[in-house]
Amino acid sequence: MNTQELRKIFPILDSKVYGRKLVYFDNAATSQRPLSVVDMMYDLNLHHNANIHRAVHKLSADATDAYENARDAARLFLNAEDRRQIIFTSGTTAAINLVAYSFGSAFVDKDSEIIVGEAEHHSNFVPWQQLALRTGANIKYLRIDDKGYYSLDSLRSLLGPKTKLVCVNHASNVLGLLNPVKEIIQICHQAGVPVLVDGAQGAVHCKVDVQDLDCDFYAFSAHKLFGPTGVGVLYGKTELLEQMPPFLCGGEMVGTVSLEKTTFAPLPMKFEAGTQNFVNAAAISPALELLSNILNDKELDTEFEQLKAYFLEKLRQVPGITLYGDTSQADKKLPIYSFTIEGVHHEDLAILLDKMGVAVRSGQMCAEPLMNHFGVSGMLRASLMQYNTMEEADIFFSALERALEMLK
Amino acid sequence: MTIKEKEQQVIEDFSIYDEWLDKYEYIIELGKSLDSYPEEMKTDEHLIKGCQSRVWLNTEVKDGKLYFTADSDAIITKGIISLLISIYSGQSAADILASDFSVVQEIGLKDNLSPTRANGLVSMIETIRKMAALNV
Repeated sequence: MNTQELRKIFPILDSKVYGRKLVYFDNAATSQRPLSVVDMMYDLNLHHNANIHRAVHKLSADATDAYENARDAARLFLNAEDRRQIIFTSGTTAAINLVAYSFGSAFVDKDSEIIVGEAEHHSNFVPWQQLALRTGANIKYLRIDDKGYYSLDSLRSLLGPKTKLVCVNHASNVLGLLNPVKEIIQICHQAGVPVLVDGAQGAVHCKVDVQDLDCDFYAFSAHKLFGPTGVGVLYGKTELLEQMPPFLCGGEMVGTVSLEKTTFAPLPMKFEAGTQNFVNAAAISPALELLSNILNDKELDTEFEQLKAYFLEKLRQVPGITLYGDTSQADKKLPIYSFTIEGVHHEDLAILLDKMGVAVRSGQMCAEPLMNHFGVSGMLRASLMQYNTMEEADIFFSALERALEMLK
Repeated sequence: MTIKEKEQQVIEDFSIYDEWLDKYEYIIELGKSLDSYPEEMKTDEHLIKGCQSRVWLNTEVKDGKLYFTADSDAIITKGIISLLISIYSGQSAADILASDFSVVQEIGLKDNLSPTRANGLVSMIETIRKMAALNV
């Protein structure tokens, strides 16, 4: 498959905004959805809609199959050992909140320490701060090195007998750098400490293997990798998930309920309270299938690497630009480019780019501690996907040039 | 000039631009020409909440009329402030409260701003109205 063929299954990419060709470079916030995903949602809604797991009738069986097939697809995608380790949530944020609450209840008290990265999205930051407030636990912050990667030396200095969990991203949503998560996990495990990996960005561009990584928790969101909104996956090691109490209660997550007590369903249902977002969850199957095909496609990969190299090279040439995060190692840099331009407010630039049809993200990008680290009030972020083209990159750069002229 | 007349003036000024970029070029020019705002008044007390970019607004009351000065770290926001000030500064509290601020819709600004910026715009208008309400 080549880029042009790929674009054909994403009709939105041919849109016009303000009468101009849309250039969609805000993929790290949400990616576009292919026809296969939209078709499946449409088909389920129109022909197979009934509540899952509960009823004996045909529609319920169809919906349950579609939902449970998606669990298998997610298991395969992450290379998890067992489908019971795959828990559907509403997204990465909900997955991390589940762990913060549930793991927190089981293992964290006032004498505990939790290590959290300073380059985390608020979704992997605030839940831990709140857990610390509830329990009296202490949070320690893992620092990034000069290049923007988590520092293993910093990690070693923070780990101690009180450490209960380490929470890091696979790749930062701002810096787009693949962190040395495998090494982080090894170091933590030597100290007997489990690790949660926020894979919201990493899962989009890497072939994730949770058994190889040996992570204890891994979370990702469907909408960032061609899937529907409101669906995410939490992978957890069985022995930890078994020891954790339920997060939300009610619905099919119970074993038996009486006036005296309630027992809970086995994994994964224990963590899936209430009616699940089953139509959208089911539609992650075609999304993950497409993503796997894309990541295994040599032709697409070659084109995308060329686009990334071209984009980065042109970006470096923009006068007054500061790019955040190391760009010297192409294999560790996701197509997420955050920058500021001297003397120009990020939001002014984003507004003018928008008027020229170019969608980028501006602001603090849900990573205020990282903005403070770099001493900026916000940044601009262009994030690319395999369906983006050289032509779009050129439109971006001429729009950027024009916007800068207007603002100077 | 009354608020209505000033609003009409702004609508006419904008009507000559067909292209959105030209409208923004004009807003940027307005932002650049906004009267300077004293650094010492860039305090939390003057900061308007709800803007992604920061906005400071100061209100003075003289002879029953409200006079606004303001600043922002972003130039487009400054331009929008400049527009609002040109209409509402020097007017009485009662006249400001009687205005429906529909000029913002009429020049199409609200629809064409990013959601966060539109919220900032709404916050700015709310602050101006609040200052008027405090000084009726």
